[in-house]
This record gives sequence, structure tokens and C-alpha cells, in this order.
Amino acid sequence: MRPFLDYLHSSVTPGEYGSYLWAVIYILIIFAVASVAVMLMTWLERKILAHMQVRLGPMRVGPHGLLQPIADALKLLTKEDILPDEADKVVFWFAPVWVMMIAFLNYVVLPFGRTHAVTDMNIGILFVLGVSSLSVLGVIMAGWSSNSHYPLMGALRSSAQMVSYEVAMGLAIVSAVLMTSLNSTGTGTLSMIGIVEAQKAAGRWYIFSMFPLGLIAFLIFAIAMIAETNRAPFDLPEAESELVAGFHTEYSGFRWSLFFLAEYAAMIGISSVAVTLWLGGYLRPFPNLLSGHSWDLAFSLFPGLIFAGMALMCLIGAARMPKIPQMKVQTIGLWLFGGVIALIAVVLFLPGVRERVQDIFWFAAKVAAFMYLYIWYRGTFPRYRFDQLMKLGWKVLLPVSLAVLILTALVGIRQDLSTVLMGVLR
Amino acid sequence: MSNSNFYDDAPVEAPGKTFLDSTEMVLNMGPQHPSTHGVLRVILKLDGEKVLGTECVIGYLHRGVEKIAENRTYAQFNPYVDRMDYVAAVSNGLGYCGAVEKLISAEVPKRAEYLRVILTELNRLASHQVWLGTHALDIGAITPLFYTFREREEILKIFEKYCGARLTTHAFRIGGCQYDAYEGFDREVLAFCDAQDPRLDEYEELLTTNRIWVERTKGVGILSAEDAIALGVTGPVLRGSGVRWDLRKAQPYCSYKDFDFEIPIGLTGDTFDRYVVRIQEMRQSLRIIRQAVAGLPEGPIMAKVPKVLKPPVGEVYHSIEAPKGELGYYIVSDGSTQPYRVRVRPPSFVNLQALDVMVRGRLVADVVAVIGTLDIVLGEVDR
Repeated sequence: MRPFLDYLHSSVTPGEYGSYLWAVIYILIIFAVASVAVMLMTWLERKILAHMQVRLGPMRVGPHGLLQPIADALKLLTKEDILPDEADKVVFWFAPVWVMMIAFLNYVVLPFGRTHAVTDMNIGILFVLGVSSLSVLGVIMAGWSSNSHYPLMGALRSSAQMVSYEVAMGLAIVSAVLMTSLNSTGTGTLSMIGIVEAQKAAGRWYIFSMFPLGLIAFLIFAIAMIAETNRAPFDLPEAESELVAGFHTEYSGFRWSLFFLAEYAAMIGISSVAVTLWLGGYLRPFPNLLSGHSWDLAFSLFPGLIFAGMALMCLIGAARMPKIPQMKVQTIGLWLFGGVIALIAVVLFLPGVRERVQDIFWFAAKVAAFMYLYIWYRGTFPRYRFDQLMKLGWKVLLPVSLAVLILTALVGIRQDLSTVLMGVLR
Repeated sequence: MSNSNFYDDAPVEAPGKTFLDSTEMVLNMGPQHPSTHGVLRVILKLDGEKVLGTECVIGYLHRGVEKIAENRTYAQFNPYVDRMDYVAAVSNGLGYCGAVEKLISAEVPKRAEYLRVILTELNRLASHQVWLGTHALDIGAITPLFYTFREREEILKIFEKYCGARLTTHAFRIGGCQYDAYEGFDREVLAFCDAQDPRLDEYEELLTTNRIWVERTKGVGILSAEDAIALGVTGPVLRGSGVRWDLRKAQPYCSYKDFDFEIPIGLTGDTFDRYVVRIQEMRQSLRIIRQAVAGLPEGPIMAKVPKVLKPPVGEVYHSIEAPKGELGYYIVSDGSTQPYRVRVRPPSFVNLQALDVMVRGRLVADVVAVIGTLDIVLGEVDR
């Protein structure tokens, strides 16, 4: 076995390198970071939604409610664990575990950077599609085992919705995969890293290629992924005003928090897929146009600068806090928070770190944009009705995605033909 | 059948049943449910998501208000009426005071009537804002709720400054008003009106042209004009069905004939029409308030009413156009200080009857939308 630390000098994923130990380390890191990201997402969602709705959102626990997710988690963990008498105990117990497992399984193939993925599976995108369609099982299990009307209806809605939107989603993905084959060799790839690299080689993100086909495929995916993750305006399975809480009505405490965690993890996961397929994944902006050493350096300073800016904001905010005894703890907390972020900024400026981390930064920034969209939709749109949702899925998205797929193929063939003809003529 | 409804060709029950046959599901919605607006309980008979029938169970908020009236003097009962439709407390008071005034033939001074109109129309705005916020929330749009409650807060502040209470105001007394307009009242009310117009545009921006909102409300819960009249439905629900009936115009009370305003009506009687009618009503209310503030006469605010009210033997029915519809008070006097019987005709209770007609054959999500569009307050339904 190759020495443990040698991996750090390679530029491949642990899976490709063949180091199980590093793969496990990556899995643990991804799990921890994703969990923290989910916690931050809940805070951000409440905060952003609050500001859209002319209110403040969480303000009490920690500076600007920053510690609210921790308080929530503590509260959920200490709640009574209710197992309904009439429930099918085993299935009821297993459903949240299953949903959670599936939500995190996607992360195995997500490339957060050229080297930052557990493994680079050669069927990566197929794996994502397969795994994400399994999560509906958990929802059905939860709804059915609760032995109650609202969860059952939520589960039925959910299964119908997820199954119908998966079709359009798959077709959109296929049209993106088709684009990877438009190169000199004519062979495409299903590998997630391969798709990103193909975008780099093509010189443009797939959202912009074959305009507007890439854009339409992306939009179809963007709509379907919201339905897939059961978020507003497609949040029928957990439509609060109709089905109380949908499939997890009977869940409480820790089990409920697993569903919650899984939902957000799935949101981040599926957004990552969208970013990988259409928005250039971990590529920094203009990798071909603005290439060269100085541009590389400039872009690699970006993460550190962003964090430094955030630290500055925190510190200025701490300095401007009202100097009254009641705010003392909050002020100290904000100083500390700013300090931690400043420390991260300093680490991000280190020469060895900044090249390796900037992939992750660009990836996270793109995913964050999607997360913001999720919250924005929730603040803006009413909820679709079940039949309208089905109509949109089958009568609009499916035909459009089929048409996009066929057109993409036709355009691809034409390009191939023209290159062949050019060769013949020459 | 048209292909507009996904569930039109749902299977009907077959005579020979096996274990594979589907049965109807009876779903108990409420009394604890996020969108039954309080403690309404609706028992739904469902075929999948299709509603085969509904049954409303009410009474979870019954407090015996009408019975209490028989053991209180006329003036003592006045605060109780505020607790019926608690989001439009001022209107309740206006109806009750009007009924007693009719019974004792008291002549309310003009200034008091104008004050009453201003406060009642402000209350209509507040009530419609609660309706809009909760209705949108039921349909899944969470943001309008906070916008409407922001504006409602301004109205409640005016109420608080006027009479000290925000929700159950007890704003009027039999014979007029106890308090005169406070210093700067007209200025504040006009400032509110000016701020409200763009805010209404803001609500409409969020909803009226929103495709999902239109799809969720157009053609949902259609109530024909004949049905509406047959069911005794009143208020915006009736006007949404295209019947131009507003007691403020039909039987003007409380100086409403002095003001120039229109009665907005709908065309098809669906949820969207009722939404538009209520939004337009809010604009008309602003118009009325502006006129009333501009024409607020000087003079007394209280009629000569004896300290101890002993109305003559007789009975009276007085109804007003409350935000939710016709709010009527039927009072029987036996000549004593206490009413012999008070019967309230609450608009919510009567309007709730239309629920079954409106949702039968539609989907569960529509039930929620229709409960929202009926704009019921359970305090008034159960009394």
C-alpha cells in the first residue's frame, strides 16, 4: 500500500487513487460539512425568508440568531420520542433512516473539486439518478407506516410527484450528457468529473451551449429538482395548510429532525448535480478566457477575500453593537465569530491551501445561489394543486424535455456530419 | 367530460367487491388543523384526492353569547358582541348599537355617524387584510400574510389611540360614540389611506398576476348567483357571484348614503372573483374613509339616551354590511332593562353553508382554498 500522505501530492480523488482510508476520511468530512451546511441553511432560510417578509427572524440565540440551529437541534434531541401505537414500528423506525441514507448517498459522487470527491465513478450521473429515485421509498414507508390519513395522502402525493418529475429530469440530464460527446473523439461520459472537464474543454458551461437548448434543459432540471425535493411551490407532500405536515405528521423529535436534515441534504445534493451538469461545477469563472498564472493567482485569492470581507462585516457589526450590559454576551459572540472567520480567511490565503480550496469555493458559491433560489421561491409562490402539478410534469416538462433531447441530438449529428464532410472535402 | 379535471374519470364503486377494490376514505379535518381558521371541523369523504362530500361540525367555540344577552342589560351586552367576529369587532358593535338605537328610536348625531363610518371601514380593511393573509397562506403563499398584518397593525394602532383597545374595541355606545376623535385622528387616518393604496398594489403584484395563484383560484369553488341567493349567502361571497347587493347601498344606514362608492362584483363566482371583489372593496373602503374624514361634521357625538335603558315592548331587526356579509341583530324587548331575546344573524355561519356546494367533486386542496375564500370566523359561526 502506498504511504498514507502520498495521496496529498496526487491530483486525483481517493477512489481513483485506490486509498480506502482517504475515502473514509473524505466521507466523514463531507458528512460533517454537509450537516453543518444544513444547519446553516435552516438559519439562512429563516433569516432570508424573514427579511423578505419584513421581519427580523431569529435574533435571540447568539448574534443575529446564529446559534439558533444549535438550539433547535438540542430541543429536537431532547424531545419525547413518540412511536404511535397503531404504527408499523419497524417501518416507522426505518423510514427516516432510509431517507437520510439516500440523501447522503448522492454525495459519494459529487465533485466538489477536481480532487475533492469520494470517488469519480464512471457512471456517476446514472448513480445520482438511481439513488435519488430511491428516496421516495422512504417517504412512502413513512406515510404508510404512520397508519394515519394525512401521512398516507402525503406519501401518495409524494410518490406520484417524484416519479413523474424524475422522467423529465432524466431526459434533461441525458441531453446534458449528450453534449459531452460533442468533441473530437465523439465519446461522451457519465462521470461527474468528466462532465465538468468536458465543459472546460468545450470552453463553455452547458447552460450556454447550443443556445437555447442547454438553457431549456437546465430550466427543466431546475423545475424538476424542486419537485423532486418537495419544496415550494411543489411542496404538496408536506403542504402544511392541507395535510398538516404530510408524510411526517406523526413524527416528532429526533426522527422528525432526520427528515428535516434529509430534505436539506437532498436540496444541496441535487443543486450540486445541477451545478455540475450545467454551471461548470467546480470550474472558476472563465478558466480558458482568463487563463495564465496571474489570473490563476487572482481567482485563488477570491475565497480568502470573501471570508475577510465577512470577517470585517462581523467585526464592524460588533464594534457598532449598543454598549449596554444586556448586549454584552451578544457583542462578545459577534467578536468571536468575526475572529473565527478572519482566521479562516487567513488560512485560505496560505499558498498551499488556496489553490486546492478554490475549487470547493466556486462550487459552494454556485450551490449557494441555488439555495437562495429555493428560499426565494418559497417566499414568493403559492402552492400548486396536485392535478396542476401532474399536468405541468407530464404535459409540459416531459414533451419539452423530449424535444430538447431530440434537438440536441440533431444539432450534435449535424456538427459531426459537418466535421466529417469538412474532412472529406479537405 | 372536459379534460380540465384530472380526476373526472375516477372509478365508481363496483357492486362486487374484492379486497382489491378501493373504498372511500373519511378524513377528519379539524378542529385542530392549520387552515380551518380556528376550530371548524370538516369531515371529508374522499375518493383519493377527490371530495365526494363534506360535513361541517361546528360548536367548538360556542360560548352562548345570545343566552348571555338575556342576562345583561342592553349596555352591558355591548362589549360581548365584539367577541363574535373578533377580526371585525367594530362592525359587530355598529350592528348591535344600531339595532338598540332603532328599538329606542334614538337619533344618532351626524358626527358620531361619520366617526362610526370611518372606524367601521377601517375595520373592514383590517378584516379583509386578515382574510387575504390567511387565504394566501392556505394556498401556500406565505409572504402576503406578513404584509397584510403590517398594515393591519397601523389600523389597530388607530383603534388603540381612539378607544384604548386593539382587537375587541367596544368602540361605540348606544346612541353614538363615547370618545371623540383624538387630536390628529384625521391626519393619521388619511396618512394611513395614502400609504395603503400602494400597499394594495403590492399585494396584487404578488398575487393577481401570479400564474400559480390564478390557477389555484380561477374556476375553483364556483358558486352560481342562484345558488348563492338560495343559500342565503351574503357579502363579498354573494357579490363575487355577480349579485350587486350591498346593504350599504340597498338599505343605507349610518349615513352611508352620503358617500360615493361603488359595489364591485364578480362574474363567475369563483375564488378568484371573490379575491378581486375583496381587493376592490378595500379600495372602495379607502374612498369612503377619505370622504368621511373630509366631511367630518362638528357637533355632539352622543344622542340623549337615558342612563338606564328600558326600551318599549317590541322587536327589531337591524342589519349592516359587515366585512363578511349581512350581520343582523334581532332583538325582542319585554320592556325590562334586559333583552328578552337577542338573535344574531352572523354572515360567517350562513356563508359556511355554501362550502359543500362549492367543493363537492373537487380536490382536497380546493377545500382549503374555499374555506379561505368564504372568510369565516368561528367565533361568529358558533357564537
